[in-house]
Amino acid sequence: MNDVRRSALLALALLCAQSAVAHVQKGEAAGLLTGFMHPISGFDHVLAMVAVGLWGAQLGAPAIWVLPVAFPLVMASGGMLGFIGVPLPGVEYGIAASAILLGAAVLVELRPPLVVAAVLVGVFAIFHGYAHGTELPAGQNALLFSMGFVVATGCLHAVGIAIGTVHRWTWGRRLVRAAGAGVCAGGLYFMWNAF
Amino acid sequence: MRCRRWCRTGAFVGISFFALSANAHLTSTGMGPLYDGLMHFLTSPEDLVPALGLALLCGLRGPRYGRAVLFALPCAWLLGSFAGLGAAPVVGSGAVSAVWFLLVGGMVAADAKLSLRASVALAVLLGLYHGFLNGTGAGRSASAAITVVGLVSAVFVLFALAAAFAVQLQQHWARIAIRVIGSWIAASGLLLLGWAIRSG
Repeated sequence: MNDVRRSALLALALLCAQSAVAHVQKGEAAGLLTGFMHPISGFDHVLAMVAVGLWGAQLGAPAIWVLPVAFPLVMASGGMLGFIGVPLPGVEYGIAASAILLGAAVLVELRPPLVVAAVLVGVFAIFHGYAHGTELPAGQNALLFSMGFVVATGCLHAVGIAIGTVHRWTWGRRLVRAAGAGVCAGGLYFMWNAF
Repeated sequence: MRCRRWCRTGAFVGISFFALSANAHLTSTGMGPLYDGLMHFLTSPEDLVPALGLALLCGLRGPRYGRAVLFALPCAWLLGSFAGLGAAPVVGSGAVSAVWFLLVGGMVAADAKLSLRASVALAVLLGLYHGFLNGTGAGRSASAAITVVGLVSAVFVLFALAAAFAVQLQQHWARIAIRVIGSWIAASGLLLLGWAIRSG
C-alpha cells in the first residue's frame, strides 16, 4: 500500500513538473503543455469535467470508473471531428449545457441507469472534445497537444472523484450537492454569455 | 590520525590538479551515440507510448506475460532496427501510429484477456515495426549500431519498470487507474488518426 501511495505521489509530481523546454525545434514541449493547459484554462471545461467526477462518485461503482474510462475515448471522437473539420453547430451551447445538466444531476442526486448516464456524459464529451480539436494552435505538435488535453481532462475527473469521495458522510453529501449547484450556476452563466 | 587526514587531503588536492576536462558543454561532441539512441526513444511518443501501453497490459495479465514480453519486445526491436539499418530512410505513417495507440490503449482499457502467445506476437510485431523505422533513421555510420543498442536498452528498461509497477498492483482501484491510462492512450490514438486524415 505504501509503495502504491509513493508511486501515485511520484506520478502526480511528474505530471505537475514544469517543462524544461530544452529543445523546442518544432514546438514539441509547447505542444504538450499547451494541450495540458487547454482544458484547465477554460473554466467551462473545468466545471464540466469536475462534475463528471462528482457524479461518478455519487453514482458509485461501476459508474465511478466507467465514466472516466469511457469519457476520454468519446471526447477524442469529438476532437477527431474537430481536427478533420466536420461542422458541429452550437459547440459553446453544448459545453454550457453540459455544466448545467451535470451540475443539476449532482445537485438532485439523479441516479439513472448506467447506460443513460454514460450516453448523457458521452454526448457532452463530444462537444468538449470538438472544442479542443478545433482550437489546436498553429505550429503545435498535434500528438503532444492531444495527449496533453486528454491527460488534463483525466486529472480533472480525478479531482472530481476525489472531492466526491466525501459523499459517504452526511456533511459530504451536502457538500457535493452544493458543488453541483455551483457547477450548474456556472453553466447558466456561460450559457448566458454564449447568447 | 592527523597524519592520515593530511595524507588524504594532499592526495585529493594532487588528484584535483590532474583532473581531465569534463567536456560539460557537449554542443560539438554530443553525449555519444548510445545516449542518442536512449534519448531518442524517451523523447519519441510514437515509440514510447505503445511500448508503455504494452508493458501495462502485460503487467495487468501477470508476471508470466511480463517475463515473456520483457525479452520478446527488445529482441524484436533490435532485429527490426538492424534490418532497417541497411534500408533507405522511411517516415512513419501517422495513421499506423494511431492504430498502434488505439490497439494497445484499447486493450489496456478493456483489460483484454490476451493469451500468452498473442501477447508475445503483438510484442514482436510492435518491436519489428518500430525497430525498422528507428533503424532506417539511425543512419549508415558505424555509430548507428551503437545508437540502436542504446535505443533498445531504453525499451528494455522502460518495459521492465512499467510492467513491474503494474504487476504488483493488487487493489481494485489501482487496476482501474491503469485501465484509465489505457483509455488515455487510445484517445490520443483517435486524435492522431484525425490529424493523419486532416494532413492527408
